[in-house]
Amino acid sequence: MNLLTGIAFQILQSVFVVLIAPLLMGWVNICRAWLQNRSAPSILLPYYTLAKLFHKDAVIASCASPLFRLTPYILFGCMWLVAGIVPVLVTGLPFAPAADIIALVAVFSLARMFSALAALDIGTSFGGLGARREMLIGFLAEPAMLMTLFTAAFISGSTSLNTIVGSLAHRTFAIYPSLLFAGVAFLMVLLAENGRIPVDNPATHLELTMIHEAMILEYSARHLALIEWAQAIKLFVYMIIGFAMFVPWGISEVGDWAGLLFAFATLVIKLSIAGIVLALIETFFAKFRLFIAPEFLSTAFLLAVLGMLTHFLTQT
Amino acid sequence: MFVPEFTLTGSLAVVLGWLAVGLLGLLRPQSVIFKQLLFALGALGGFVLSFLSFLALSGPAESLVLPLGLPDLPFHMRLDALSAFFLLLLGMVSAGISIFSISYFCGEEPRRFAFICLHYHFFLASMALVLLADDAYLFMVAWETMALTSYFLVTLDHKLAPIRSAGFIYLLIAHLGAIAILLSFGVLHGGHGDYTFDALRNAELSAFWTTVAFLLAFFGFGAKAGMLPLHVWLPEAHPAAPSPVSALMSGIMLKTAIYGMIRLIFDLIGDVRWEWGMVVLAIGTVTTLFGVLYALMQHDLKRLLAYHSVENIGIILLGLGMSMVFLGFGYPEAGALGLIAALYHTLNHAVFKSLLFLGAGSILHSTGLRNLNDMGGLIHSMPKTAFYFLIGALAISALPPLNGFVSEWLTFQTALQAPILGNGVVRSLVPLTAAALALAGALTAMCFVKVYGVAFLGQQRKPRHESQDTFHGGDAEHYERIGMAFLTACCFVLGLFPSAILLMLNRVAVLLNGAGLAPAALKSGWLWLVPTAPAQASYSPVIFLLVIVVVVLLTFILVRHFYHGRVRVSHPWGCGFPERTTRMQDTADAFGQPIRHVFGPVYLMTRHLPVPGEPSPRYSVKIEDRHWYWLYRPIAQLTEYVSAKVGLLQQGRVSVYLLYSFVALIALLVFVQ
Repeated sequence: MNLLTGIAFQILQSVFVVLIAPLLMGWVNICRAWLQNRSAPSILLPYYTLAKLFHKDAVIASCASPLFRLTPYILFGCMWLVAGIVPVLVTGLPFAPAADIIALVAVFSLARMFSALAALDIGTSFGGLGARREMLIGFLAEPAMLMTLFTAAFISGSTSLNTIVGSLAHRTFAIYPSLLFAGVAFLMVLLAENGRIPVDNPATHLELTMIHEAMILEYSARHLALIEWAQAIKLFVYMIIGFAMFVPWGISEVGDWAGLLFAFATLVIKLSIAGIVLALIETFFAKFRLFIAPEFLSTAFLLAVLGMLTHFLTQT
Repeated sequence: MFVPEFTLTGSLAVVLGWLAVGLLGLLRPQSVIFKQLLFALGALGGFVLSFLSFLALSGPAESLVLPLGLPDLPFHMRLDALSAFFLLLLGMVSAGISIFSISYFCGEEPRRFAFICLHYHFFLASMALVLLADDAYLFMVAWETMALTSYFLVTLDHKLAPIRSAGFIYLLIAHLGAIAILLSFGVLHGGHGDYTFDALRNAELSAFWTTVAFLLAFFGFGAKAGMLPLHVWLPEAHPAAPSPVSALMSGIMLKTAIYGMIRLIFDLIGDVRWEWGMVVLAIGTVTTLFGVLYALMQHDLKRLLAYHSVENIGIILLGLGMSMVFLGFGYPEAGALGLIAALYHTLNHAVFKSLLFLGAGSILHSTGLRNLNDMGGLIHSMPKTAFYFLIGALAISALPPLNGFVSEWLTFQTALQAPILGNGVVRSLVPLTAAALALAGALTAMCFVKVYGVAFLGQQRKPRHESQDTFHGGDAEHYERIGMAFLTACCFVLGLFPSAILLMLNRVAVLLNGAGLAPAALKSGWLWLVPTAPAQASYSPVIFLLVIVVVVLLTFILVRHFYHGRVRVSHPWGCGFPERTTRMQDTADAFGQPIRHVFGPVYLMTRHLPVPGEPSPRYSVKIEDRHWYWLYRPIAQLTEYVSAKVGLLQQGRVSVYLLYSFVALIALLVFVQ
């Protein structure tokens, strides 16, 4: 494999993910509208919203520090970095080894820490409330996420996503009970980390129960656009990580152009199905009370640990 | 080098230099320049020491016998890779702290300055001697000097009763630990030979006695390191001491205990058993979680940092424990990885915790505040300190690309080696400690969002009080900033070039275990950190940082180019609520509320909630350490009870004492027959 092609491909992939991510948001919104018997908005609505926000003048509180203005860029940058590293269409990208799954989780944690700090920066009560709740969700979701990833890591003997996808995609089809536990746990973490129902509701604004929305209450215009965009990329990347661990089939290798086409087709199918599933969950469940969320997430954590132990039991 | 034993004699010269600087302080200098010069010399000593020990890391072990000490008991000294690594840590971190102290202590009145300068530099010298000692005798002498000098530094403000009692607890637990260490040396000695480390290494002991020696050493050094349940002195002593001293104690002195633990268990006792490793792992797990959960409840910045030291010692113990488990089962490569993870975290913690303590010191100097709930908005008045503190906070929260992440990542990688273990139970227990570590890491991030958000961000919570007039209110002073900048730079270097450090630490692992990491791990080059094999795991912080910086800049330029950078400044948006005061911000206690809710049973909480209709409603919550009640109180009461009973003997009348002598004589006569 040519290193230059590899690097070009990696850059292309990251740009592709960044550009396509709002489309997934649009798709989830459409599915949800259909399920709720509403007339659906255009699938391009997230793009229109972003464009609108970029054109506005940013309003910034007089007591904001530089950290407040820097944070949206850092969030976007973190998500862009992750978008370049996860195996979306192909495995074996040259810079993919720069971060394994533990480092990926840490990047999400970095982004979360900065957004919580920015929320505290203005000194309004909603900001503090949002930051506190976000960190509560975060400290519960992060270990659960790591444990799920460890289960996959133990099966493939590696923490590098490339190797995990490679070894899981090229095995004969077999149901791993450990992966089943891990899959459920991962889904729960995905919902919590991306602020979806039943943990948080992305559609509400200015409610006392809000989490993520409370943190970004002071943001406007381009800063808000970057944060929302980063959020869309995050959802996309989480789904890619889920696919890599639980349904890795169809992924291609660098340089295999015919395989790339097939990989693209399978990716579209997987994403569409995942979008429908997400919309279904959001329609069937109501939002939890805030202090049910720790129970929800500790269930996820325990499931993930069970998955890991099951792996050791079934292996012997 | 050209002179035999060059690095060892050089290090010894630095130790003598520190002693000399300490004595020079006794001149009670009046001039500020002279005071500054003394600490600058101390910092220079630190740099020289770190340079020498860097050389010593790659060289052969050197040893010396000094014509000092008791007759027939000369002092033995040795500088091998393990000592060199810890000396490097001591030199580097103390240099940063000493630079900081140039500004920090120059305002002290001469008498007090003399006292600080003497004990500060003697403290540094004794820590260096602990690391250089090659016989139990010199080791214990240096160890006790270290405890005493630090005790005097802790009780600097001994006119305040809480500080006196903090000092007492510190001294008490330090001595409990010292007795255990002494006994451990005694057991290792086995009744013949002398007390040089060589003799202790070669002593033949049964499995029972090695286990006794291990437990004594683990308990003794654990008391100094602050592992559970012997951690109680840390949150008392650290806030009592001046900030640079807290930085020295937390950053370096706790690490000498880790050194002692490694020296005794891995080197002198040798043949590590996996059961010992499980003990270390269990205590490490509990220590880690307990430390961070209690840290989240604190609102005194230095107490909070002290509890985080407890947590980080737990993380180091996790690495050591895993290493012992793997070694015990006969996997030297995985064992080396665990040891390296622990040593790396030792170095990282020394750097970022000193940085954070120095930051706390600068806040104290600028505002006179230690309670987080009184702070707020410091980023506006002390922007540079705010930047350094942010880097320290990100590093301790184990976020890439800084140094804290690398060592936690290595610890995780060690835990992921668990499938090679033969014993099914152990194999499933080891990854569970990784789960605890993941939880602790996420909780640390929450805690430092709290610290940074409440102290530096938001708005000032209390208007400046008259009593604060003696404090300058501005950013940290010149040398304070240089000291913090140096440690910040260390955070970056240790975080960005981990494979160089890995090679360095591998020499320590080879020295102790006879085997290092897998060859694939050592050939990965400076860009990639590979613990076992590239297909298993890899991490490249340089690429990481580069990509983030490039992407952030690119986003910035693109947004500016395609749209605009117009900004309108306005009041914060209160969701339509017109009145807004600075007291409506989250406080440190409010931020910890969800944790109190989720982990309620962990804490000993006394809460007072107002009832409706109360004329002056007050909310209060008090969190206490359970260990005081179930462990320390009973022991203290038992001691008091026993001494009261023994005190009955003391009647204060000569006739009674004569009766005692008479009875004793009769008894002796009976027995002698």
